[in-house]
Amino acid sequence: MGFETPRSNAGTPWVREDRDNHRFKVARQAFTDKEVLALERRAIFDRCWIYVGHESEIPNANDFLTRSVAGRDIVFNRDRTGKVHAFFNICPHRGATVVREKRGNALGFQCFYHGWAFSNTGTFATRIANGNYPEDFGQDKCTDLTAVPRLENYRGLYFLNLDCDAMSLADYLGDAKKYLDVVMDQTETGMEIVGGTQEYSIRANWKLLVENSFDGYHAATTHSTYFDYLTSTVGSMTQPFTGSNQSRAIDLGNGHALVEYPAPWGRPIAQWIPAWGDAVKAELDAKFARLAKLYGEDRAHQIAHLNRNIVIFPNLVINDIMALTVRTFFPDEPGFMTVNAWAMAPKDETADLRKWRLYNFLEFLGPGGFATPDDVEALESCQRAYRNHEQAGWNDISKGMMKAVPATDDEEQMRCFWRGWNRRMSQAAAS
Amino acid sequence: MLLARLEPAHVSGRSIMSAALRPIETALSRGGCEDFLYEEAAMLDEWRLDDWIALFAKGATYEVPAAGAADDVSAAKALFYIADDYHRLCQRVERLKKDAAHSEFPHSDGLRLISNVRILGNVDGGTSIGCAFVTYRSKNDVTDIFFGHHRYVLRHIDGAIRIVSKRTLLDMSSLRPQGRVSIIL
Repeated sequence: MGFETPRSNAGTPWVREDRDNHRFKVARQAFTDKEVLALERRAIFDRCWIYVGHESEIPNANDFLTRSVAGRDIVFNRDRTGKVHAFFNICPHRGATVVREKRGNALGFQCFYHGWAFSNTGTFATRIANGNYPEDFGQDKCTDLTAVPRLENYRGLYFLNLDCDAMSLADYLGDAKKYLDVVMDQTETGMEIVGGTQEYSIRANWKLLVENSFDGYHAATTHSTYFDYLTSTVGSMTQPFTGSNQSRAIDLGNGHALVEYPAPWGRPIAQWIPAWGDAVKAELDAKFARLAKLYGEDRAHQIAHLNRNIVIFPNLVINDIMALTVRTFFPDEPGFMTVNAWAMAPKDETADLRKWRLYNFLEFLGPGGFATPDDVEALESCQRAYRNHEQAGWNDISKGMMKAVPATDDEEQMRCFWRGWNRRMSQAAAS
Repeated sequence: MLLARLEPAHVSGRSIMSAALRPIETALSRGGCEDFLYEEAAMLDEWRLDDWIALFAKGATYEVPAAGAADDVSAAKALFYIADDYHRLCQRVERLKKDAAHSEFPHSDGLRLISNVRILGNVDGGTSIGCAFVTYRSKNDVTDIFFGHHRYVLRHIDGAIRIVSKRTLLDMSSLRPQGRVSIIL
């Protein structure tokens, strides 16, 4: 499925798709221009469903955390009944930041500036002496914390939307729900974020990380040293990485897409490697048997043995690879993004397997992994080189356009993202 | 217990034999620890990675928890940046020596300052040492600063000080704007 896509140069000036001649070009200006970023904020970040966090990050009543989402400061919390809320982290009085801790557990929040206090449902909860304000002051909710316009979740993944009139999250996710289910169905006990966040940044445009997060083409060259390491760890590279008939890119509509493929690395659900020992092997065998019983062999194989890199438009990445990572990122400037990355795991995982999951995560992913730093280098080198965009103006994203079934190391998944981007940007530019 | 002291290294230039590899004669003094840590820092500044990995005991670990983490955080339960066992630590060094370790090709320039060295006491496997650090990394006209404290367990093995474990705790609220820990801190 998907949207009607212009067959030639319609849409914005930054995306040129020529389906008849199998050419797909993206203007480098789209990565460098402040006006493009301003339009992205209006057309995309203020209109799409944007990931906030996972329910397991605030597991108990009255838990809260603060984070920056789509350029806004957000309090994400549960009230005393366990209901989940998201507020703009700004005092309705004079605008100070109300909650200044990263996380905690509290029945209410008090602004330190003038002492205005709020229950954790956002309601004003301060007694002010008579005579200072009119009697009906606050009845229009002007003294309450401002809730985000829309907050919805799919399988514990919470998203906000700044557009009151947006379609529902379920409709927005569309076919992506099917693959989020593949990830979430690996246990019946629910998934959780494992302790800690990798909070880092990249001196590059945010869309470069979108492309990179599900780019199968770059793996062999950018990450050759990781594959050297993997060979030393798993023995030989016995499984195909790309070029397998199980390797494919899939358009999920709305700008969402994924790649799915087999790979030789260990997967804590549930592809054993010798380094993990016999006890873990027994645990993984049992996990697979349970999945096969619940879902049948084919789906069990998909859940346990295939890898998938999913991009939920515009900026949520869920990569179910040698570990399971959730990653989101926001542009501060055209050439600078902040990144939050987490590890996700089944709640019922044994301590031993949890340890190996985290060990596996770090072999590839994150600021100290054997791969991510080289991705960061690639993205930053692109951003630097885009200084040349006036004379050398276009990226080519045409690989595999002639194929009926694009593979992981083609670029169809990126084209899906760019078509979604182009459609939203051209609509906003026209309005 | 065999105690030892390191001879101070009479350094001029950047290519002398490592003081750390000399035989240990007397006590593991603070001065001796400082010499050892300064030599380690010089090895990393100078990209002498084979010398550096030789400072580690077989089975040693090297860890960098997420910025702001508590000293005793466990890599079995929390997400770190780096949690290397000895195998992966050796592989990290092998990787960094390759031109295809793109983040560090060409090598970044760096300077490691070590200070506030303290002997914290005896623990399983050796002596616990703490110190503060500031590390500068410079590449492509961009300079990043990393700061925090190291926790080492050092031990005498065959007459030389060896690192049993090294844990680097970043006293920063996040890894922004540094973005990556592609060097060894």
